[in-house]
Amino acid sequence: MKTYKQVFAELSKAKRAALIPFFVIGDPDFDTSVRIVKTAIDAGADVLELGIPFSDPIADGPTIQKADIRARNSGMSVAKALEFTRKVKDYKDIPIGLLMYYNLIYQYGTEKFFSDFHQAGVNSVLVADLSIDDADEIIPAATSVGLDTVFMVTPNTDTKRMKRIASKTTGFIYTVSLLGVTGSREKLSGTVAGLVGKLKKLTTVPVCVGFGISKPEHAAAVVSAGADGVIIGSKIVDLIESNLGNKEKMLAEISTFLSNVKSAIEHQSN
Amino acid sequence: MKYKGRFGDYGGFYVPEVLIPVLEELEEAFYRFYEDKRFVSELANLSKDYAGRPSPLYYAKRFSEHVGFKVYLKREDLLHGGAHKVNNTLGQGLLAKYMGKTKLIAETGAGQHGLATAMIGALFGMETKIFMGVIDIERQSVNVHKMKLCGAEVVTVEGGTGTLKDAINDALRYWTAHVTDTFYLFGSACGPHPYPTIVKHFQICIGKEARQQCLEQIGRLPDIIVACVGGGSNAIGIFSAFLDDRNVKLIGVEAGGRSLSSGKHAATLVVGRVGILHGAKSYLLQDKEGQVHDTESVSAGLDYPAVGPEHCLLKDTGRAEYVAAEDDEVLDAFELLSKTEGILPALESAHALAYLCSQKGKLGPDTIAVVNLSGRGDKDVSIVEKRRPFEN
Repeated sequence: MKTYKQVFAELSKAKRAALIPFFVIGDPDFDTSVRIVKTAIDAGADVLELGIPFSDPIADGPTIQKADIRARNSGMSVAKALEFTRKVKDYKDIPIGLLMYYNLIYQYGTEKFFSDFHQAGVNSVLVADLSIDDADEIIPAATSVGLDTVFMVTPNTDTKRMKRIASKTTGFIYTVSLLGVTGSREKLSGTVAGLVGKLKKLTTVPVCVGFGISKPEHAAAVVSAGADGVIIGSKIVDLIESNLGNKEKMLAEISTFLSNVKSAIEHQSN
Repeated sequence: MKYKGRFGDYGGFYVPEVLIPVLEELEEAFYRFYEDKRFVSELANLSKDYAGRPSPLYYAKRFSEHVGFKVYLKREDLLHGGAHKVNNTLGQGLLAKYMGKTKLIAETGAGQHGLATAMIGALFGMETKIFMGVIDIERQSVNVHKMKLCGAEVVTVEGGTGTLKDAINDALRYWTAHVTDTFYLFGSACGPHPYPTIVKHFQICIGKEARQQCLEQIGRLPDIIVACVGGGSNAIGIFSAFLDDRNVKLIGVEAGGRSLSSGKHAATLVVGRVGILHGAKSYLLQDKEGQVHDTESVSAGLDYPAVGPEHCLLKDTGRAEYVAAEDDEVLDAFELLSKTEGILPALESAHALAYLCSQKGKLGPDTIAVVNLSGRGDKDVSIVEKRRPFEN
């Protein structure tokens, strides 16, 4: 199974940054969701970030909230997310990070959750509502099955805490570009370049940036600031939402958008 | 964080990273000011002159005759704003002021906490936004208008079932984008640490007064304390002062909604399972996989699928007992108190009264029960009118 370490090493050798699209598993339905993710892989995704839909996603803006509702309405469940992960992994061996809320893991049983999803091909689980302060509730379960850890850093995280987060992170640091929830934005946050620069100075763990990255030029700017990867979620989910009636067009638009981002960040990375 | 904010294993601060620094700042400020002389005296003055504390302990003679034992009402309904909520909003509002914050946000279900926050926003000249579910806005329109009159902006929350849970979701989301200048004035004794501790601190005046009043007016402590439980702020406020009085039974009454068997209720402690929502570990109404259930209750203020962490601990240790009252029993109790005492209770508080009605014939005539009458029922008249119209 391909690890983050391998992927980021390969990318670093090629002087490229990782393209990391985010999807809600099962949005708008299981089969279409599989096709969407395959399309993203074909368009050049280096790593996948996948969300399991939750009833109360407090870190998410309206776009992802609606995606969660669509997925849940079409019958998505934690058990089906396991099946989904296997399907994606069968298509291509690409690192997969889950991004989700704690209660779903807690109810499943933390150890069993990490073990089952590791077996299905997941590389890490980022728990949106579990900070580094309670990381010990999941780290033993994650590391015992060989999963990497991913934690968030936000623009208001102080330096001391950043170091602590970096020291517990083995996969990559999920750097939140702005103060706020997920959602596409017209402009890139003004603080992100400084934040990435600061993180790069204090850790060797890969630094990826997400939240509000909505255009190829946003991605390019983040990469030129030194990011090792760009995470794009809401913008792609917007493309799903606006093409619910025409799946072929949906897939084509996602493919074109990701290809454009890919070439924008390749341009930057040299 | 300096403290873990745990009650047993319950509570904690399960929040996105972006909220950690701001909760740390809040915790630091709370412990810096809560015993500060100037803060304490300013809050005491406001509690007295603005809110109307102390609230009376009233012997409800005719209601007592009906149930067959002695019922005293802790009249939080007489406070400014019509509910106990002002105790907390004055305390937290003052804390916000001492912290130099200029903007307040709050969630609200029945609108009582929203109104109490809007009042304090007006009092301190702070810009105030209240997040309220679309269904609650509809069923509590008078409170919405009152909030607006106090100068607050009421933000309609469309997500989920348009009730309290969804209002909290959106308030938290808004907060993450405005952490630098905005104080989140949380309304119940739940949510992430340090809120359960802060809210309890500002609500314990209910219990301290009630305990003193019992000793002075009755000459002894009561046998039972009864309070309704949604998030649990009025209940923890009165329970806390009696925790060491082992002979005083503590009863929390949750919303039984249509009925427990129908699944349409908000009886979190009675039938819930431990989980994590809104920053805390607590009992939770949820499905097998952990998706949070929609709740239903005639009272918007109890319509919530989680509950304060300290109540979870009190349940587990057996120090407090939690039961549920169904909508119909609650409406009966609402009518009974109105008819026997000329006091319209909030539908939330009527849950506590409904429990007492259910004890008719079970408790001896010398039993003394104190009910936290946490709010007045003016806001609920239109709901009661719809559910129980007069014949002509």
